[in-house]
Amino acid sequence: MPIIEANGLSKTYRVYQKKEGLLGALRGLWRREYKEVKAVESVSFTIEPGEIVGFLGPNGAGKTTTLKMLAGLIYPSAGNAQVLGHVPWERADDFRRRFALVMGQKNQLWWDLPAADSFQLHREIYSLSAEQFQRTLGELTDLFGVKELTRQPVRELSLGERMKMELIAALLHQPRLLLLDEPTIGLDVVAQVTIQKCLRDYNSIRGVTILLTSHYMRDVEALCKRVLVITHGKLVYDGPLTGIAERFGNEKLVKLQFDGTETPGDLGAFGEVTSREGPIATLKVERLRVAEVMAAMLDRYTVLDVSIHDPPLDQMIAKVFEEGTTPAPELVEK
Amino acid sequence: MTQGLRKYLKILRISLVERLAYRADFFLTTFLRFLPLITTFLLWEAIYRGSGTDQIAGFTRDSMIAYLLLVQISRMFSSMPGLSTGIARDIRDGNLKKYLLQPIDMLWYLLSYRGAHKIAYIATTALPYGVLFLLFHEVFTLPSAWTWVAYIVSLLLAFLIGFFFEACIGVAGFWILEVTSLMYIINIVNFFISGQMFPLDLLERYPYVLDVLNVLPFHYLAYFPAMVFLEKKQGTELLVGLLIEALWALALILLSRWMYRLGLRHYSAYGG
Repeated sequence: MPIIEANGLSKTYRVYQKKEGLLGALRGLWRREYKEVKAVESVSFTIEPGEIVGFLGPNGAGKTTTLKMLAGLIYPSAGNAQVLGHVPWERADDFRRRFALVMGQKNQLWWDLPAADSFQLHREIYSLSAEQFQRTLGELTDLFGVKELTRQPVRELSLGERMKMELIAALLHQPRLLLLDEPTIGLDVVAQVTIQKCLRDYNSIRGVTILLTSHYMRDVEALCKRVLVITHGKLVYDGPLTGIAERFGNEKLVKLQFDGTETPGDLGAFGEVTSREGPIATLKVERLRVAEVMAAMLDRYTVLDVSIHDPPLDQMIAKVFEEGTTPAPELVEK
Repeated sequence: MTQGLRKYLKILRISLVERLAYRADFFLTTFLRFLPLITTFLLWEAIYRGSGTDQIAGFTRDSMIAYLLLVQISRMFSSMPGLSTGIARDIRDGNLKKYLLQPIDMLWYLLSYRGAHKIAYIATTALPYGVLFLLFHEVFTLPSAWTWVAYIVSLLLAFLIGFFFEACIGVAGFWILEVTSLMYIINIVNFFISGQMFPLDLLERYPYVLDVLNVLPFHYLAYFPAMVFLEKKQGTELLVGLLIEALWALALILLSRWMYRLGLRHYSAYGG
C-alpha cells in the first residue's frame, strides 16, 4: 500500500483585497472584495514505502500548501488524499503518531534547556514506553553523532547541531513518514552534508519514507532518486532526478581539449562558448545537434579529449521554474 | 480519559523542570510586585485616619490590609500573564501547527504547562511572601480548618477561571488579529471589578452594580478567595459562592473548547 496517495488535490485561498488609502479601508469595512488564489491545482501522485522524494518548486509554487494538506493542517478545496491509510485532515491520533513534519525554520525544542528535557516531553506526548524511548534515543544520538550534546542547553548548540536535535525529536516516535520542509536552511556545507548522510542512513536502517522540499539542489541530488516539480500550483514533473535533464535540459555542455596552447577562435559557429581556459573550452550545444556538431568539430580541429555533460541541475531547475507552464501534458501523467 | 490525564500530569512534571530554570526571575519580580503595595497601604492608612471611623464597608484598618495582601495570593493563582497573547501569537505565526501535528491538545497542554508554571512560581516565591506575611502577621486571624479547605478550593477554581477566560480571549485570535489591545483593556477593567483594587463591598451604595459583579466570573479572580479566608463568606453564602465559581469554571472550559474547535475548522479551511 502506498504511503501517500494524492488525488487531484487542490487548494484555493480567498484573499482579501485591501483597497489603498483610508477611503478604501473604510469601504472595506462593509464591502470586502476577495480574490481567489489557486495555490494548488489538481495535484496527484503516490509515494511508496521507503522512498525519498524531493519536492521542488520556486517560492509560492504550492509546495508548502501541499505539505500542509498531507500533514492534515489544512483542508483541500477539492480532491482527496490518503496518508498512512488515513485522511490526514481528520487528524486522528493514530495518524499523528505515525508521521512527523519538520520545518527548518521553526524550532520545537525548549531554548534554555538541554535537548534531553524536550525529548522527555516528546516521550510523554507520544506516550512512548521507557525502554522504547531509551533504545530509539540511543540509536538516534549515535547515528547523528550528538551523544554528548543532549545535556547542553539548546541555545548553546550550533545551528547544525540544533537541526540534528530537531530531527531526533521528530524521529523519537519512529514515524513511518517524515515530511521535511527546508531541513538544511541556513546550514553551512559541512553541516548540510552530515544532515544528508544522517537522513540517508536513517532511511536505509528504518525504511522511513521521506518527502522533502529544499532550495539546495545538493540536498536533492544527495538524497532523492525521484522528484516532483511544482510550479504555479501544478505538478509539472514526476519522475527520476536524472530524467529532469532529458525533460527540461535541451542543451548539453561539451568540453573539448584542443591540441596546442589555445582554443580556436571560430568556435562560436558551433555553439555558445561558455568558458575558455588555455586549450580547454566549453560549449553549450543543443541536445539534438550534439552528434552533428561533434562530427563537424572533429573534422575541423585536432581534439585531444571530449566530454559531454548535462548542465548543472540547479540551472536546469531554475529554467523550469522560470518557464513554469511549458511541460507537455503527458509528462504530468507519469 | 485516565490515560489522557496521566499524559498531561507527566507533561506538567516535565514542564516544571523547564519553569524552574527561571526561578531567579520569579524571585526578583516578586519583590518588584511588593513595591506598589506599600503605596496602597499608606493610602489606606490616610483614608482611615481621615474618615474618623474605624470601619469602612465592614473592614477595619487591619482587615483591609489583610484583604489587600490576600488579594495578592488570589492573583498568584488566577493571573495568567501572556497566556492569551501567546495563544494568539501561535495562531498568527503558525506555531499552532505543533499542536495539530502531534497527538496533543493545545488547551490541555497549555493548562499543564501553566500549572507547572504556577507550582514553580509559588515554590520559588514562598520565601518573600512568607517574610511579607510575617511582617504583617498581626492583621490576620487564622481561619478554621473548614475555611482553609474552602479557601484552597476557591483558589484552585480561580486558577481554572483565570486560565480558561484568558484562553477564550486567546482563541479569539483565530478571527481577530489584535488580541493584545483587547487584553490590555480587559486587564484594566479587571483590576477594578475583580476586587484587586479594593474590596467590592465599598460599592455597597450601588447594590445593583454589586449584583452584576457578583454574577460575573471576575470577582472570583481576586475578591472571593480573599473573603473566604477572612471568613466574611460563611454558611450558605460560602457554599453558593463556591458552586457558582465551579459552574463558571465549567462554563469557561466548555466555551474555550467550543471556540477552539470552531477556530481550528476556520484555520484549516482558510489559513494554515
